[in-house]
Amino acid sequence: MSWVALKMLTGDKAKYFGIVFGVTFAALLMSQQLSIFCGLMRNTTSQIRDIQGADLWVMDRNVQFIDDVKPLSENDLYRVRGVPGVEWAVRLYKGIARARLADGNFQQMIVLGLDNATLVGAPGPHRILHGTIEDLRQPDAVFIDEFGWKYLYGDEPFAAGRKTLELNDKRAVIVGMCKCNPTFQTFPILYCTYSQAVQFIPQERKTLSFVLAKADDGVTEAEVCRRITDQTGFKALTDDQFFWTTIDYYMTRTGIPINFGITVMLGFVVGCAIAGQTFYLFTIENLKQFGALKAMGVGNLRLMGMILLQAYVVGVIGYGLGLGGAALFGWVFERVVTTAPPAFYFAWPILGITAGAVLLIVTLSALVSLRRVLFLEPAVVFR
Amino acid sequence: MPATLDSPAGTAAVALRGVGKVFGIGDTRVAALREVDLDLPYGELVLLVGPSGCGKTTLISVVAGLLDPSEGEIEVLGESLSRMRGGRKVRFRGERIGFVFQQYNLLPALTAAENAAVPLLIAGWNRRKAVARAADLLTEVGLADKLTAYPSQLSGGQQQRVAIARALVHEPKLLVCDEPTAALDAASGRTVMGLIRKVAVEPDRAVVVVTHDSRVYDFGDRIVSMADGRVEKVEVKPAG
Repeated sequence: MSWVALKMLTGDKAKYFGIVFGVTFAALLMSQQLSIFCGLMRNTTSQIRDIQGADLWVMDRNVQFIDDVKPLSENDLYRVRGVPGVEWAVRLYKGIARARLADGNFQQMIVLGLDNATLVGAPGPHRILHGTIEDLRQPDAVFIDEFGWKYLYGDEPFAAGRKTLELNDKRAVIVGMCKCNPTFQTFPILYCTYSQAVQFIPQERKTLSFVLAKADDGVTEAEVCRRITDQTGFKALTDDQFFWTTIDYYMTRTGIPINFGITVMLGFVVGCAIAGQTFYLFTIENLKQFGALKAMGVGNLRLMGMILLQAYVVGVIGYGLGLGGAALFGWVFERVVTTAPPAFYFAWPILGITAGAVLLIVTLSALVSLRRVLFLEPAVVFR
Repeated sequence: MPATLDSPAGTAAVALRGVGKVFGIGDTRVAALREVDLDLPYGELVLLVGPSGCGKTTLISVVAGLLDPSEGEIEVLGESLSRMRGGRKVRFRGERIGFVFQQYNLLPALTAAENAAVPLLIAGWNRRKAVARAADLLTEVGLADKLTAYPSQLSGGQQQRVAIARALVHEPKLLVCDEPTAALDAASGRTVMGLIRKVAVEPDRAVVVVTHDSRVYDFGDRIVSMADGRVEKVEVKPAG
């Protein structure tokens, strides 16, 4: 009877496509909005993911996320270095500086100042597009990220040392270009040495944003974090912990999840309404046929199976089309919008969340229709 | 004595004793059937006739196990329908009873052969075999060239012939037809009744046809007249 159920479903082309459209629209809207949301959330952590080579981030105990910088003093670096289990600890400056461009305009920029001696936190060789990281040791040298270059200079080919910026009345020479993860603020990113970075910002008493540290072999990162906190009172987090702490801040302290949640909910409701109503109409129009099947010996359980099968088939098709549409949107989006970092991340859980929502939509649609069929008197066929 | 499945022609396939059916309660209470006693024998085509609202449709609904009687005893093909419940009654209907409906109730998305095969599919037959068996029967009812036609491509008479093939494809022992000629013109109606007479009436099968079309009375072996929920008269045509 599964075959009969599917023939019934596909026989009425208009309703069949109507139901599939409803589910597709819901799946597309939900997965696309969730992907943009995940992309934005992920972008808030781009510097955590970009800074490589250290196990731990040490910061003021009140820091809530990566951009919530509460500077430490130079002494604090030595206190961290003194904690047993810390193999090494280095400085990291992270802040926003105002750059004056050659045409006299001003532009906010994210400045990442790396430890002068080790350059810990620099982009790996695979992310360096022009120059070498050692070029940062040149006077006034900075690396700029790919999107930052495009944002400032458009399609102009990169040329090392030819472009200069002015930050806090100090000259910065762009000597290299690297790939960076898209940022939340979409400001250009400048990499430089720590000593250079502190000159690019107005004079402050404390300038140390974070301490990057590495745990000794044989000691777990969690244990070292605990020791740092116990001994210094600072917050110490692994990359992963800092990543989720930052995400958690944006999730709980900003309106972003609510705004996206509303859109996702809207997709769900509209999907429910279109698919549910069309499926209901489809069932009502076939009520006589279901009555005839009932009279001819099809029990309620089998009818339920037939209707659920119909619902799940349109669910699977709509889910596939919707996700395909969302993936296509992301693909096109990344290629069309080249001057700004994309905020589209098709995370695996989105597949599960969308699948769950679609499952709920088609099940609810089927249940509404099922009620009419299950309570249908088979004798209706004689009326 | 209740009839058995293999009862010879002339014995009762359906026996009703004191059957009543009431719809509604209080002021809206309507007695559709009142103390009906009736035997429907194997091997005969029984016409159930009477004016609209006399209880014909209610009676065949009760006989086919689609409605439960409010009172009385019903035995169909040797089994007490009054005591049969739920899934067993559904299976009984599927295996032992064939239905022809006034409005055909064919599935629009299935071809004629696929429609006729539905009872076999319900019984769990392989689809290819079921459709092949249904095609044989459609050939028997004169639709050999319409096997792959959809209901929308068939005339009313042709659709009813598909419905007859569907009702007989699983070889039921009781065939219940509700106004099979009501939606047809006179000529098609007689063709359909002739077909039911020819292909459905068997020594081990009872056929009940509800009709108010007096033009087809001559097809029946027995005419049961109803009025006001009661059986008024049973006329048996002389054999031969």
